[in-house]
Amino acid sequence: MSQYFACIFVPDFPVEALLRAEPELRSQSLAVLEGKTPLQKIFAVNENARRAGVSPGMTKLQIEACSNIVLRERSLLQEAAAHAALLDCAQSFSPRVEAAGCNTIVLDLAGLQPLFGPPPKIARALARRASDLGLETSVAVAGNPDTAALAARGFSGITVIPEGNEANQLGSLPVEVLFENSTQESAQILETFSRWGIRKLRDLAALPDVALSERLGQDGVRLQALARGATSRTLVPVEPPLIFEETIELEYPLVLLEPLAFLLGRLLEQLCARLEARALATQELRLCLELDNNNGATGVPAHPSRQSFHRTLRLPIPLLDSRTFLKLLQLDLKAHPPGAPIVKIQLAAEPVRPRSAQNGLFLPPAPEPEKLELTLARIAGIVGEDKVGSLQLLDTHRPEGFRMQRFAPEPFSPQSHRDTEKNNSHFLIQAPSKISSVPLCLCGDDLVTALRIFRPSVDVAVTMQDGKPAHIACPGNKAMQGEILWAAGPWRSSGDWWEKEGWARDEWDIAVQAETGIALFRLVRDRLDGRWFVEGTYD
Amino acid sequence: MSSLPLVSTAAPGRFVPVAASARSMLILERLSAVPKLAGVTPASRLEVRPSPQMVSSGIRELDALTGGLPRGCLTEICGPASSGRTSILLATLSAATQRQEICALVDISDAFNPHSAAAAGVNFERMLWVRCGHLQKSGSPQRHRVTENKIEKPVEQALRVTDLLLQSGGFGMVIIDLGDTPLKMARRIPLTSWFRFQRAVEHTATVLFVISQVPCARTCASLLLKVSGKKLSTVSSQLSAETPTHAQFLDGLQVQGELLRSRLERKPAGSVTAAFATKVG
Repeated sequence: MSQYFACIFVPDFPVEALLRAEPELRSQSLAVLEGKTPLQKIFAVNENARRAGVSPGMTKLQIEACSNIVLRERSLLQEAAAHAALLDCAQSFSPRVEAAGCNTIVLDLAGLQPLFGPPPKIARALARRASDLGLETSVAVAGNPDTAALAARGFSGITVIPEGNEANQLGSLPVEVLFENSTQESAQILETFSRWGIRKLRDLAALPDVALSERLGQDGVRLQALARGATSRTLVPVEPPLIFEETIELEYPLVLLEPLAFLLGRLLEQLCARLEARALATQELRLCLELDNNNGATGVPAHPSRQSFHRTLRLPIPLLDSRTFLKLLQLDLKAHPPGAPIVKIQLAAEPVRPRSAQNGLFLPPAPEPEKLELTLARIAGIVGEDKVGSLQLLDTHRPEGFRMQRFAPEPFSPQSHRDTEKNNSHFLIQAPSKISSVPLCLCGDDLVTALRIFRPSVDVAVTMQDGKPAHIACPGNKAMQGEILWAAGPWRSSGDWWEKEGWARDEWDIAVQAETGIALFRLVRDRLDGRWFVEGTYD
Repeated sequence: MSSLPLVSTAAPGRFVPVAASARSMLILERLSAVPKLAGVTPASRLEVRPSPQMVSSGIRELDALTGGLPRGCLTEICGPASSGRTSILLATLSAATQRQEICALVDISDAFNPHSAAAAGVNFERMLWVRCGHLQKSGSPQRHRVTENKIEKPVEQALRVTDLLLQSGGFGMVIIDLGDTPLKMARRIPLTSWFRFQRAVEHTATVLFVISQVPCARTCASLLLKVSGKKLSTVSSQLSAETPTHAQFLDGLQVQGELLRSRLERKPAGSVTAAFATKVG
């Protein structure tokens, strides 16, 4: 079986890197500027701008004369993110990937045909995947890496060069395609070719080898081999680090959360597409906003340097849904607004393996993790972050000895369920036929009397008689007033005496006649300050 | 509409009564011909609503009284303070979490006691506790500024939270604790809210469980149980006048439950009761 290599090439790479964040500019004439004001020059343009007469090297002043040209500053961070996305795209097909340049990726297609089909199908799939990642690319497949790279640079769209037909297909390309970057040396060679009347690769390939070698040396021979599609070299694979980061540098500071959410949505879509390409999910999102503190409108004192605002979103399970992430970030930013205009957005995802879970027909109901996360975030927005979650008892006798923690129920495991059922089998009752799945049922004697806590506790005045409380008075609560019909206690407890927050108390269980019957309360006397209060009611 | 023939006049001079089934068919045909009634299904042809799946409340006596708690329905338990409502709640919660179901407790008065729940056997890992109340003002200044105008009453918070939980779906049990909510506020909860909750859990496996002082959900509750505590003498069996206070202890509660409404069992309202006791954990 013949060996094939594919090359993904992104024409006008700086422009494409910017278009990933602003896809609505794709239909407009876009020029990318580089350099410092006032020496800014055009670095790259898209096809529309090229048709309008704009070319790299022009000054900003020359461009301003043209109408309908959108100008953007070159962003190295966005170019790096686009390059990483390109690598992710190639890595999703083949593990042998070579980064031939920031805009050119070559990958080995050996062994991929049984998985993805014949080379033309693979090329189409590569182009589609790159398009999903926001990059318009040219893809070429050939028998060697260099020919694939030349064809990708020279032909737009998808090109498949059959083995043995390389020279014929490459022949129509101009000689400029041999030089990826214009250097002084390449300019000299191109000038020489121009003087010889060589315009196409076909002309270069037809030159006699020895004569070319005598005039241009080994460079000439190498270029002719490239033009003939007859090179042979080993691919130099790279192992790209699993860094998933997207950045947008804004032209104008953002003040409102709504446009910020719009941009975050785009970044999240890109991140999720990249993670999906690598068959990964994320459990942690890190948002870094660069704030413009010089804007006096917000009331924040001016500061010469920009301040960063960080938010980290930790998820209990790996997720890969950009809309869920966006909603979670929106809710988080609503609860914790940045407080100053935003000039740069950086979003990173920590990659993890996606969760693998299969639901069963007979498993107990459980909320979908994505929906549960959103619901918890929304509830936290209503009641406060520290007021929602599951609780964990602390190893202490101190009252209120618990803490709230994030609600992340473990996925249901049938084994633990079976164990629970086995342990509780002695509780099983002969339930009525309509009752289904009754693993635990207690008879009344085994029930626990619940205590309802008053938060905050209710201060009361207590009259003692014969060493026990006889009368209770609480001006603000009629139910806690009157003679104490029955009292049991005191139950004395103390702890943490070696610390500042030491506590010591006497507890009484009391019964008071209320309007609706007898009410049972837990009365407490703080032995440190002598205060009486009602901690709760038995119910 | 023309009058329907109740007798057949096929044979001249002899009236033959039309068979009942044929007559009803005839009526249906005539009714379906009326454009306004084209989509109306006669009551006789309505399908019988399937009875909901029942789950154990965790208390044998209550299961015997009510047949269990219906899934996809609203169950309400009402009673005054110290009547045993919360004990039933904990037993129900314990049974549900031990069935590995995810449960949510919307605690309007923030009265949940974790130690009682632990003694009752509640699995905290599968219980979401939402503590309603005013938002804390001790956060960042920006947060305070944003939330200052949005401080809500606990009942309003609870209604919004319950809406979110029910819309999220997947919970085995959602409990609304109105036990300490003042009667005025509890009665102000609009019936439409209860109706919305009832419709949200309908055809789902969620048990919507409400405890309150007086019936609040009214007709939206498929099961309504009233509990009451018994006399003081039953509080402690070891209580006597000679016993010193430090030797006395609260043994538990004697609880009596009365079935006020059940759309499932069709038992006569207010005539069926059950009694059981609780122990201090």
